Amino acid sequence: MELIILFISAALINNFVLAYFLGICPFIGVSGKITSALSMGIAVTFVMTVTSIVSWLINYKILIPYNLTFLTIPSFILVIASLVQFVEMVIKKVSQPLYRALGIFLPLITTNCAILGLALFGAMREYSFIQNIIFALGAGSGFTLAIVLMAGIREELELANVPDAFRGAPITLIVAGILALAFMGFAGMI
Amino acid sequence: MDATVMIAIFTMGGLGLIFSTLLVFADKKLRVEENPLIAKIAEILPNANCGACGFAGCHDFATKVVEVKAEPNGCPVGGKDLAFEISQILGIESKESVKKVARVLCRGDNKSAKKKSTMYIGPRECSVQAIISGGEKLCYYGCLGGGDCIAVCKFNAIFMSEDGLPMIIEENCTGCGLCAKACPRGIIEIHPIDRDVFVFCKSKDDPKRSKEVCLNACIGCGICARKSDGGIEMMDHLAIINYDKLDPSKIPFDKCSTKAIQLISNFDEKVLIEETVNSLTN
Repeated sequence: MELIILFISAALINNFVLAYFLGICPFIGVSGKITSALSMGIAVTFVMTVTSIVSWLINYKILIPYNLTFLTIPSFILVIASLVQFVEMVIKKVSQPLYRALGIFLPLITTNCAILGLALFGAMREYSFIQNIIFALGAGSGFTLAIVLMAGIREELELANVPDAFRGAPITLIVAGILALAFMGFAGMI
Repeated sequence: MDATVMIAIFTMGGLGLIFSTLLVFADKKLRVEENPLIAKIAEILPNANCGACGFAGCHDFATKVVEVKAEPNGCPVGGKDLAFEISQILGIESKESVKKVARVLCRGDNKSAKKKSTMYIGPRECSVQAIISGGEKLCYYGCLGGGDCIAVCKFNAIFMSEDGLPMIIEENCTGCGLCAKACPRGIIEIHPIDRDVFVFCKSKDDPKRSKEVCLNACIGCGICARKSDGGIEMMDHLAIINYDKLDPSKIPFDKCSTKAIQLISNFDEKVLIEETVNSLTN
């Protein structure tokens, strides 16, 4: 039960994008089409989950026993960078068009604050191994949900009659703001 | 040395080693072979990534040329020489491509176009002026004079004349079309360089207003259209040229009271003079 609450809390109530404002750059950058947004969400979720596993192992098996907690950030960054490189290779191999659609935002996951944030939250809140994985899955699906919702709205927006001055980035940011406002409604759930 | 320092170094080094080893194996398993011709062609392309070929950039163009056999003369920037080199690499014959250049189809400069009685104070960019107030001129179809086209040109092929109209330097122009996209009024068009007859106006105002707001406007009298045998059509008080049917010898250029329809070669000299003046003053 506690794990379910943790999952829902990470996915909806403390949604990384819409409540913590982490990982905004792919959220705005790759939310043009639902398909590429979904792939981006899956890529981020995968990186998050594996990062949470590896970073937990590093944190509790290496850093804390040897009093090396000052290496938390560089070692986590190393984990994330290697994983992103791996994901990039896989996507390039599996689907060239997807690789091009994600473009620069795929390598940018490396420095995505959502993922480092997740690893650091996990270490800070002293989650257990299982809790950490559930937290990562929740955060990842929350990110996917947010970016897919955003892409859906933006696809509809292309047909809408938007005033000239609001076309492009301004209306996107306004939509993101309203979406964040809507997610605030989950705040009282748990 | 302090033990913690050693441990820290070995920890980070060890982690780096483990991850890089894993990536080496992943790379061996997942490597995507790329046709070596693509790299060769990408190297000789201009690499300005202007997108004039219609692909996402120079590398994308190279990929398309090699893999789906796009025409090697698709790059207007490199022109004939480049098309020849590419076809040499691919071992195929190349077709001749005609150089294209941008043409500014408005002659409402500061002398001939009337201005509004109110003054515009604000950002000069055409894109801003077009949205906010429609610029300083009374004509809502003509050049705004803000120089967006000059700002986007990557080849130094456009400069602003003293009278406030953009001028194209044909030698530098590659016909990439960035300026045409940047112009909010759509008065810049890309045409083959040997095309000579143009209507230098985009105004769809009625004859009375056209006459009032600009000395060089097409006032929609339709004389040129009547004599042209279908080469010119009148649409919304504006003469539109159909280049497939056009016979330049039938066009009564001297009958056009505002000189809106003209041979561009007639004022080539003016461009050349301005160009020399410009280079002297710089």
